[in-house]
Amino acid sequence: MTILLEPEQQSPAPHPEVLDNPRWIDPALPGVDRAFHGVARSIGIAVLVIMGAIGVFLGWQSIPTFQRYGFGFFTESQWQPENDTLGISSVLLGTFTVAVVALSIAFPLAFTTAVYISEYATPRIKSALVSLIDLMAAIPSIVWGLWGFFLIQPKAIHVAHWMHTHLGFLPFFQVDTDPNASSWAQSRYAASAFIAGIAVAMMVLPMAAAVMRQVFSQAPMGEREAALALGSTKWGMVRTVVLPFGRGGIIGGTMLSMGRALGETIAVVLIISPSFDIKFRPLEVGTESVSALIAGRFGEATSAQLSALLTAGFVLFIITLIINTLAAMIVARSRSGADTD
Amino acid sequence: MTATLDPAVDSSGLSSRGGTLEAQEISAWFGTNKVLERVSLSMPANTVTALIGPSGCGKSTFLRILNRMHELVVSAQLNGKVLLDGDDIYDSGHRITETRKRIGMVFQKPNPFPAMSLADNVTAGLKLTGMKVSRSEKEALIERSLTRAGLWNEVKDRLKEPGGALSGGQQQRLCIARSLAVEPEVLLMDEPCSALDPTSTRRVEETIHEIKDQVTIVIVTHNMQQAARVSQQCAFFLAEQGTPGVIVEAGDTEQIFGDPQDPRTEDYVNGRFG
Repeated sequence: MTILLEPEQQSPAPHPEVLDNPRWIDPALPGVDRAFHGVARSIGIAVLVIMGAIGVFLGWQSIPTFQRYGFGFFTESQWQPENDTLGISSVLLGTFTVAVVALSIAFPLAFTTAVYISEYATPRIKSALVSLIDLMAAIPSIVWGLWGFFLIQPKAIHVAHWMHTHLGFLPFFQVDTDPNASSWAQSRYAASAFIAGIAVAMMVLPMAAAVMRQVFSQAPMGEREAALALGSTKWGMVRTVVLPFGRGGIIGGTMLSMGRALGETIAVVLIISPSFDIKFRPLEVGTESVSALIAGRFGEATSAQLSALLTAGFVLFIITLIINTLAAMIVARSRSGADTD
Repeated sequence: MTATLDPAVDSSGLSSRGGTLEAQEISAWFGTNKVLERVSLSMPANTVTALIGPSGCGKSTFLRILNRMHELVVSAQLNGKVLLDGDDIYDSGHRITETRKRIGMVFQKPNPFPAMSLADNVTAGLKLTGMKVSRSEKEALIERSLTRAGLWNEVKDRLKEPGGALSGGQQQRLCIARSLAVEPEVLLMDEPCSALDPTSTRRVEETIHEIKDQVTIVIVTHNMQQAARVSQQCAFFLAEQGTPGVIVEAGDTEQIFGDPQDPRTEDYVNGRFG
């Protein structure tokens, strides 16, 4: 016999709010984990704080310059402290000229070296090449500067002359001298952005090659075998599987090299002859870069000029920060940077 | 090098020229470690031959020797002959790329090219082997290959989507379509269903059944029921402890499963080990 319970005797209906929701679980980290967490987090924050402090310091030091010269600081090309005419437009252009020259030499070399090392080299050659490239990165900048000045410049002048003679119809390759004179003016081709770019290229090449090489070697074996099993040649497989996979690393590595090339100092100082014309002619004598300007003028600067130099450094800092951030974002979003299965 | 698609097609538009594969006295090493001992096997044209046996007995190694993928491993070596329609594919006169085009392979883990669209994935083999086809022929080929692989109805409206945006079973059928697009004579399948759910497995087995009249198929499988379902010929591999793999028994599938001659075969097909 069933018994019907009175309404107040039946078990209460569940509260609507206490239906099925996740419960909070205490992570209950052991002490060691908590300590490590704390230390790691503080160090990370410290890095951010230092970076921010540098930016704030440079920005603070730039205030007098902006107050004095205003926006004209970016449009003025001449740097004449005795006339109180200071501007970094030509200096910024020169910085980019040297970096562009360096990248156009370094990128093809780094790319082909990375492809060779990761895809074609036998194991012994591979380890030898990897060590050599890392050694290249360890060579001090000033040695590259001396190499560029004493070894490369005498020969590169002739290369520049050849380019001017045969490609001089393009404004990029022009030099304000007559290339076809029987004794052409060698000094007009020396101390140029081109020669500085060669030295800087050697400095950024190892980093770009290392990033690209690591990225290529991570291309998944399954896809490689799929391409080969279809009847592909090795180069076809590299072109279809490895290079698309490594696109993020190629771009990221190149942009990191760009950031380094923009800031390279001592090699550029040793090679170039300072000039403040607005021009985009890397073969011609005379250029200036922000870091070379600071290195060259720091010793004799008055406080006003010091502020101007620091402002130039601040601009370079911001530009490099943007480029490196973009590079990191591109690499992280790509297959080669993110974790793949 | 340009080549038009094979004109030897029957009225349904599908070519029907499976090749005969014969392995003679195949031995294989990885470094000094011998993994196959004088294995010989005939794989007749337009039939499905299943290679069965416990793990680690050299079935996959044997399969990869059949289309010259074994030599991709640095320490790999081999001896013996593999005859495709009578010609040894390891002869110095034969180009590896041509051999791999005629003997295709589908892998255990589906590996479509994620950076390419579905349509480009199907025609990737053409691009990689330098076969030129006109635009209209290319579309017809894509439809034909995807239909043969049993995938056309599911993806015909999304051919432009990237190759990675499919389920596991669909990806595997895409890989089958990709392999079929270059019109191989033989298709090697290395445990193609072991990473798939039962529904996808069933679809792939239907595909195998449909294409076996045009392509010779050699399939490595751990799944004995699958071997009994799809194959007409079977070869039972075994590597007793410390010894290289050998074929214990080979023959018609019905005979291997119904009336095996060797007691080891009988033990394996009845599930007593493996």
